[in-house]
Amino acid sequence: MIGIQPIDQYARDISDEKQASVIDGSSKGTDKRYTVLHKDYPDPDKIRKLAASIKDHTLHHLEHYLEKAEKSLIARGVNVHFASTDEDARQTILSILRSHGVTQLTKSKSMAAEEIHLNPFLIENGVECLESDLGEFIIQLDGDEPSHIVKPIIHLNRRDIAKTFLREGITDTYNDDPETITRQARVYLREKYMQAQAGITGANFVCSDTGRLALITNEGNSRFGMAPVPVHIALVGIEKVIPQEKDLAVFLNLLGRSATGQQLTVYTEFINGPRSANQPDGPEHMHVVFMDNGRTDVLASNCKEILRCIRCGACQNVCPVYRQASGHAYRSTYGGPVGAVLSPILFGSRFPELADLPKASSLCGACNEVCPVDIPIPDLLLRLRDKAKRESVPSAGAIPMSPFAHLATTPSFWRTAITMSKAMNHLPIQVAPIKPLQDWLGQRTLPEWHGGDFRKWMKNREKAKS
Amino acid sequence: MSRAAIFAKIESATSSIKEKAAYPDYDLSIVHSLPKLKGEDLWDIFVHNFSYVNGKAMTSIEQLSAFLLETKQLHGYCDPALYDTIGSKLAAAGLTVETEYHRDRYDEYQFGVTRATGAIAESGSVIIDDDRTSHRLAALSPWVHVAVLERSEILRTIPDAIAVFGDSPNIIWCTGPSKTADVEGILIEGVHGPGEQIALLV
Repeated sequence: MIGIQPIDQYARDISDEKQASVIDGSSKGTDKRYTVLHKDYPDPDKIRKLAASIKDHTLHHLEHYLEKAEKSLIARGVNVHFASTDEDARQTILSILRSHGVTQLTKSKSMAAEEIHLNPFLIENGVECLESDLGEFIIQLDGDEPSHIVKPIIHLNRRDIAKTFLREGITDTYNDDPETITRQARVYLREKYMQAQAGITGANFVCSDTGRLALITNEGNSRFGMAPVPVHIALVGIEKVIPQEKDLAVFLNLLGRSATGQQLTVYTEFINGPRSANQPDGPEHMHVVFMDNGRTDVLASNCKEILRCIRCGACQNVCPVYRQASGHAYRSTYGGPVGAVLSPILFGSRFPELADLPKASSLCGACNEVCPVDIPIPDLLLRLRDKAKRESVPSAGAIPMSPFAHLATTPSFWRTAITMSKAMNHLPIQVAPIKPLQDWLGQRTLPEWHGGDFRKWMKNREKAKS
Repeated sequence: MSRAAIFAKIESATSSIKEKAAYPDYDLSIVHSLPKLKGEDLWDIFVHNFSYVNGKAMTSIEQLSAFLLETKQLHGYCDPALYDTIGSKLAAAGLTVETEYHRDRYDEYQFGVTRATGAIAESGSVIIDDDRTSHRLAALSPWVHVAVLERSEILRTIPDAIAVFGDSPNIIWCTGPSKTADVEGILIEGVHGPGEQIALLV
């Protein structure tokens, strides 16, 4: 449709109720983050810049640190796998599960797993795979997609969730009290944890010096998912590596505060091997799958800074476009400003289709200001707009600009057009039966046209002077 | 196959970077949160920050047994190594205490008493190290988890806690009870893990 890009269409079609949930959820996050960071640190910017430089150093020497992490993990008895593509990652995980005879597992929230649509794949292949993060669990029941990195169901309210629980038989009576909803999930999921034969997690960081994976949750779902099972599989993007354990202090202090306004999330786990010999519970086998899936393409691009991202969601919370349009408008795993940069290049083949995302920004810079690793998101958005231009990617829904360009570069035409368009004030364009015009005006109110007034004023002024 | 392909692509990407960023030289004091570290005594600082995240700090077994009786958490697990000093006293107060955790009856344990292997004063976190914890599930499935802590094990800052990771394959920092705000941003405690996190100083 002319005049409407896909993301605008989402913003227009979103229900008032859903939009209210998104605006409320994201603005709360913004306030908390600001208060906590500034209460605890005299100059949080210094820490952000430090975190950025550690990440840049790692990315610029990624082959070194990734290999070091691999060696450290192997030395601790961990099986390390590499997957180039989403399909490789899915098949690798499936074959690990088959080799251990796993038919049932729980999975704690992982953006990498979302990215490769691991759940539906495993279920199709006969493995019962249940999301254990409360929000992701609800998303799975609904067959929905997460719309925020940290708060996957930011777009739902308690009534939506209570209806889902009733429909899916998690409970047999409707109750939309958040505490009751949480208790129902607690009871349901514990049974699943105890029955499961494996736990799948992501990882927030991997320290290359010891191979330690840092895993962060508030609910304790990853901890529970790994306590009673013999097999732990972690799916990790190759950009999650950091040089050493010492650096964790910098990232952990930023991640919790930026994501939810907590100094630390409730459970911060550090894992680099199967359980200890004296421990009756816990995995005897640990597998780490390092996944590329487009990350090396991002590393080779002029937007590599986006690989610093630690998935805190602060840029989503603060973004005026995200707040209006919701995460689903970005049509990929990563919504909001980070998604507008990452998705079009990470999923390279989808570039033309997602090329509207970098344009869905007023470049206000709020995302850069809150980013814990100081990613210059507005600059990266401009680089992607440039890429679309250079590659002549047709702009979905854009109005052809060449007639306007001709008009604007020919002064005599321009003068005439400006004066003539005063007629617009008297034309009933609001009701003209032109669909694109209606779409455009549906989102805007035109001010009264004053074309030519300024020139006239100038002319009269010159005359009065002489 | 994938491994070689990935490393080749990384090397091709990084080799074209003209100015490679150096590893920054930094002092970890930059991440210390001074307002959270006010005070001299590490236990006092810990209690302040632990209470802030809704943890309950206790200094006597009487206090613990009174709390368990009052909240009707009457049946639980105690690390056998702590039975003489703590478990037996809870039993004497009228609570049912087992020193073995049976996973088929996971739902019956309302409290679990296990050793904390340290604590972080700055963040109010209890540290549970796999090597020195008697039972992972017993510290996780009950509604109340009691982490037994010695004064000498309290560390001052987050970097201090990272520096003593040692060799354990599994270390967990618990900063308060399990919680979620997934439903409309409303805070609910006790999602999958304990709804009450207690630190008991001995």
